[in-house]
Amino acid sequence: MRIKNTWISGLGIPLTSIFLGLLVGAIIMLLSGFDPISNYVNMFTGALGSANAIGEVLRSATPLMLTALGFAVANYAGFFNIGLAGQALVGWLASVAFANAFPGLPSILIIPGALIVAALAGAFWSGLAGYFRAYFGANEVITTIMLNYIALYATNAIVKAYMTVGDGDYSKMIPKAARLRTPFLEQLTQNSTFHYGIILSVLAVFFIAWLLKKTTLGFEIRAVGMSEDASRYAGMSPKRTIMASMLISGALCGLGGAMEGLGNFQNIIVNTALPSIGFDGMSVALLAAGSPIGILFAALLFGTLSIGGLNISIAATTPPEITSIVVASIIFFVGANYIIRYWFAKLRKPAKPTASTPVPPAATDTKEVHS
Amino acid sequence: MKISHKLGMIALVAVTATVLGACGSKQTSDTKGKTDPKHSVALVTDGGGVDDKSFNQSGWEGLEKWGKKHDLVKGVGGYNYAQSNSDADFTPNINKLIQAKYAMIVGTGYKLVSAITKASKANPDTKFLIIDDVVNRKNVASVTFKDNEGAFLAGVAAAKTTKTNKVGFVGGMHSEVIDRFEAGFRQGVATVNPKIEVDIQYVGDFSKPAIGQSLASAMFNNNVDVIYHAAGGSGAGVFSAAKNVIKSKKVWVIGVDQDQTAEGKYSGGNLTLTSTIKGVGTAINKVADAAMDGKFPGGKTTVYGLKENGVSLVKGNMSADAWKSVQEYKQQIIDGKITVAEKPADLK
Repeated sequence: MRIKNTWISGLGIPLTSIFLGLLVGAIIMLLSGFDPISNYVNMFTGALGSANAIGEVLRSATPLMLTALGFAVANYAGFFNIGLAGQALVGWLASVAFANAFPGLPSILIIPGALIVAALAGAFWSGLAGYFRAYFGANEVITTIMLNYIALYATNAIVKAYMTVGDGDYSKMIPKAARLRTPFLEQLTQNSTFHYGIILSVLAVFFIAWLLKKTTLGFEIRAVGMSEDASRYAGMSPKRTIMASMLISGALCGLGGAMEGLGNFQNIIVNTALPSIGFDGMSVALLAAGSPIGILFAALLFGTLSIGGLNISIAATTPPEITSIVVASIIFFVGANYIIRYWFAKLRKPAKPTASTPVPPAATDTKEVHS
Repeated sequence: MKISHKLGMIALVAVTATVLGACGSKQTSDTKGKTDPKHSVALVTDGGGVDDKSFNQSGWEGLEKWGKKHDLVKGVGGYNYAQSNSDADFTPNINKLIQAKYAMIVGTGYKLVSAITKASKANPDTKFLIIDDVVNRKNVASVTFKDNEGAFLAGVAAAKTTKTNKVGFVGGMHSEVIDRFEAGFRQGVATVNPKIEVDIQYVGDFSKPAIGQSLASAMFNNNVDVIYHAAGGSGAGVFSAAKNVIKSKKVWVIGVDQDQTAEGKYSGGNLTLTSTIKGVGTAINKVADAAMDGKFPGGKTTVYGLKENGVSLVKGNMSADAWKSVQEYKQQIIDGKITVAEKPADLK
């Protein structure tokens, strides 16, 4: 089923998804005996009700945009990059290590330096998987998952062995010149963790949009993603293109990790699990259906839900588990927006079910047929 | 036709929601107690919820007890907790609690130290309490525990109970705090009988019971018959492993932070030998009380050991003989005759 990219499907579908998610969340809260309206009010005031809250939402969206773009670029080339988290983690480590290695540098050198090193580290990590896929046909799902674990435990070992202060499990703070959080921003947003990294994320959104739509490389990436064989026949090199998309993908994830290192945490901690910006970035990209501009908004939605979600159980006595279920059901509906796309398509043009169209069970409902 | 059908479905959903709404809204009135914003207290967990059967849970139970004692409401103006789903949630949680005007904010766990340090600088009028680490600021009270002393007694209990002369230790993650557990336990075992082997393993995580289980299973297969875990949520796996093995041979688990007797129940009895207790709840209770009386110990570090009854060992299912020698060693530590090491590296 093809969906025309009109404003209705462009805006209506995500909005309907969010509405349905909120509705299901409300039903869950009602069934568990909590007041959905006051909880939702708390959620939105917790996310948008103060300068601090808005700062936190923007901060949590910052790395998500980068990892989501990373996923989208690889996905356009037909490469399912599950290694976002691992690539972000090595980028995080690289940015902090660089900043701590050159404490005397001025901001103008140390920040770009740390960002470049982070992008290179992320690109190297994804490049490993890209190389094995391009030249040996190794399944990237498996290699990137395994590289995630290697990244997690290897970075932990490096942090513990070389970077921690005393017996702690976090590195020392990066020098002031390298920090993306500044006293000015803290003052502006009532001590939130908001930082200048958002500029980089937004620039990256437009850069990737341009890259995919307007450049030869972008065209090749999309062509290879649609059909490797056809693009080879057309004279492109799928291997080279897969490598390129994977390197860009990893570099973006590495930058996403650097946002945590230079912005949010300003050091690196011994992580007990892979950073959540990896899998959340994947959801953001899927939610935006790969559109870079869509990613910008989807990341903001994720930030709103995660930061606003914290407020539900702080402002009221609703337990955090209920909040998690509600937030998850919103994301679920947003993610499962194919259902809504299907409804929209049927609403616009009553389609006759044909043999070649996958028919969901609802369409075989007798009422549907006779109506 | 089609459109009206869809609209009908939407209307149906909306009606259902409204009906459910009418049923649900009756239950939301649990506003028992009063509010006292000037003395309200909130706790921020260090990862996971307040049902970790360990550290965060004992902190929260202590705070709940305190709130009920003073007849406060659970929620803004009384007492509550904020759950951190990852380390990135620490600062937003603390800031949200400050905006909700809580007078005192408790950080359970050393992982919160940098978030608390920052927040205490930015909010000099809010009181903070950090557990298991030290922040030297006027508006921060610090509480640390001599976990090594409790662990020493666990070591004595293990040494007096083992039949195979092999005991095990499963730690959560290498860190200053868990080091104290390891050092104390090893010293306790060695003090009773230096010939007993101690197998030391780390999960690398406080919330991965599956890894805890596989480490413990390997130890039991290797003839270890008593395991002490200091692994938070991962410790649940140690109990599962023991319950699998108990059908073929007698093994014991020593619990941590809370009395974990309930975790050790199986059809033929109970395999929790004993538990080291860490008085996180008691400490929070005391500091909150002090704050109420205007004696908030800001800038001070309170150390809770065996002497202060901040750490202890329950009798559990220990034999009378083992319990007796635990008592003896306890007295020696309180009297200062035995000094318990804080780091495994300090052991001979």
